[in-house]
Amino acid sequence: MGKLIYLDNAATTQTSPAVVEAMLPYFTEYYGNASTIYDFAAKSKEALAHAREQIASCIGAKPEEIYFTGGGSESDNWALKATFEAYKQKGNHIITSKIEHHAILHTCEYLEKERGARVTYLDVDENGFVSLDELKKAITPETILITIMFANNEIGTIEPIREIGQIAREHGILFHTDAVQAFCQVPINVDEMNIDMLSSSGHKINGPKGIGFLYIRKGVKIRSFIHGGAQERKRRAGTENVPGIVGYGTAAEYASKTMADRAKAEIAIRDHMISRILNEIPYSRLNGDKEKRLPNNINVSLEFIEGESMLLMLDSFGICASSGSACTSGSLDPSHVLMAIGLPHEVAHGSLRMTLSEQTTMEDADFVVDRLKEIVSQLRAMSPLYEDFIRKNQ
Amino acid sequence: MYSQKVMDHFQNPRNVGEIENASGVGTVGNAKCGDIMRMFLDIDEETGIIKDCKFKTFGCGAAVATSSMATELVKGKTIQEALAVTNKAVMEALDGLPPVKVHCSLLAEEAIHAALWDYAQKHGITIEGLSKPKNDISEGEEEEDY
Repeated sequence: MGKLIYLDNAATTQTSPAVVEAMLPYFTEYYGNASTIYDFAAKSKEALAHAREQIASCIGAKPEEIYFTGGGSESDNWALKATFEAYKQKGNHIITSKIEHHAILHTCEYLEKERGARVTYLDVDENGFVSLDELKKAITPETILITIMFANNEIGTIEPIREIGQIAREHGILFHTDAVQAFCQVPINVDEMNIDMLSSSGHKINGPKGIGFLYIRKGVKIRSFIHGGAQERKRRAGTENVPGIVGYGTAAEYASKTMADRAKAEIAIRDHMISRILNEIPYSRLNGDKEKRLPNNINVSLEFIEGESMLLMLDSFGICASSGSACTSGSLDPSHVLMAIGLPHEVAHGSLRMTLSEQTTMEDADFVVDRLKEIVSQLRAMSPLYEDFIRKNQ
Repeated sequence: MYSQKVMDHFQNPRNVGEIENASGVGTVGNAKCGDIMRMFLDIDEETGIIKDCKFKTFGCGAAVATSSMATELVKGKTIQEALAVTNKAVMEALDGLPPVKVHCSLLAEEAIHAALWDYAQKHGITIEGLSKPKNDISEGEEEEDY
C-alpha cells in the first residue's frame, strides 16, 4: 500500500508532533500534582493556568469559565444532567434536535426515562438546519435548557447558533451547544452568541484524546458531575490530566491562530471534490448545506451502492473515510442524521463522509475522486438496485 | 474485522453478473436494511445439475463475499445438493464472519432458495424440502419501491 490518505478527521485527528512535544515534559519532568503546595508542583499549576487561558481566548470566555473534562461526551453529559438537576424546580423541559451526537441524544433519553424530563427533538430541514420558528413554538414555561449542536459531525451543517442564543436569552432559558466539531474550525464567541455552556474535545483539533472541556458561563449554577476532590473550582473532581491539558491548550492556540487560512485552503479542496463528484459521478448528491458547512466536511450519497463496501474499497487504496450506512452504524438503520434530513434508506446506506485536514492536498483530492469513480462503477455493476433502475428507465 | 477469505471474495468476487434467460432468479433482502442479493441459476433440465450460477448484490463487504461464496458452493451441484448449502456452510467456507454479519450468510442461503423456487414455479414442479421463500422482493407490492 502506498501513501495513507486520511480523510476521517471528524472521527479523530493526528496528535500533532508539536503538541506531543509540548506535553512530554509534563510526564517525566513536571509530573507534580497540581493540587499540592510544594514548589515542585508550581510548573504543573502554571501549565494548567496557561492552557486555560489559551482555550478561553479561542471562544471569548474567561479562563475561570473553562472546566477541563475527560472529553466531549463527558462535557455533554455534565451539561445536560447537571442542568436538569439544578433547574428542575423551574421546569423539566429540554429542547434539542434530531441530529445531535449520541452523547446528547442518549443523555436526553436517559433523562426522559429515568428522571422525568420532557424532551422536544426538533426536526431539521433537508439541509440539516433547525427551524427558529419551530424552536420558538417549542418553548414552554417549563423549558430549562436548549441544547443544539454548533455544527453537525456527519453532514457538516452549521446551525444558526447566534439566533438560537438570542431566542434562548429572550426567554431566559439556558443555551448549551455541543461544539465538538466546530471549536477552532469556525469562529465562536460565547458572549456575542449568548452561549451559556459549550462542549469541546481535544482530539478533534490535533490535540490528544481523553481531554475535553465544558465552558460554563459565570452565574450558571450547575454542580459537580464527577464527585471527589476540589479540582476545577470544586466542579470536576479528579487529578488534572496536566499533559493532556497542555496538549489541548497548545493545539487550540495553533488551530485558532491558523483557522482563517486553514478554512480557506480546506474550502477550496472541499468544493473542488464536491463539484467533481457531483459532475462526474451520476446519481450522486451532496448531503448538508453547500455554504453553511464545516470547511473540512464532504458528505455525499452515491446511489445504488452501500457504504461499507465503498469504504473497504477505498481502504485498499489507503484512503480512510466513513459512512452513515447501517453496516457501519452497528444497527439495521442508517445514520439518524441522514434519516432526519429525509433521505430514503437506500440513499442513506450509500453515504460517504470525507473530512479533510490541514495536510490534505489538491493532489490527494483528485486521487481520491479518481479512485471513487472507479469504485462506484465497479459496485454499481454488481448492484441489483442499479440493474432495476436502468431497466426501469429504458 | 474480516477474514482473508472474506476480503478475497469481496475484492475478487466470483460469478458476478447476470444469466440471460436464467432457469431461476431469486432476489432477497431489502434496501431498507442495506442488503439485496439476486441469484441467477442455469439448471440442466435433464440432469438437474446447476451448470452456472451468477449474482448481483447491493450490500456490505460480507454481503458480497457470502454471495460470491454461495455461487461457488452451488455451481456444479444438483438441486438437492444446492438446497443443502446452509448459511453455516457459507460461513465456514469463508473462515467465519463477525457476529453482526451472520445475517448476510442467511441472506445468501435464502437467495439460493429463492432462485430454486423460481425455477420450480416456472417448470411447475415441486422440489422436496423447498418452501416458498418469505424474503423474495421480486414479488408483491414492494417491487414498486425500486
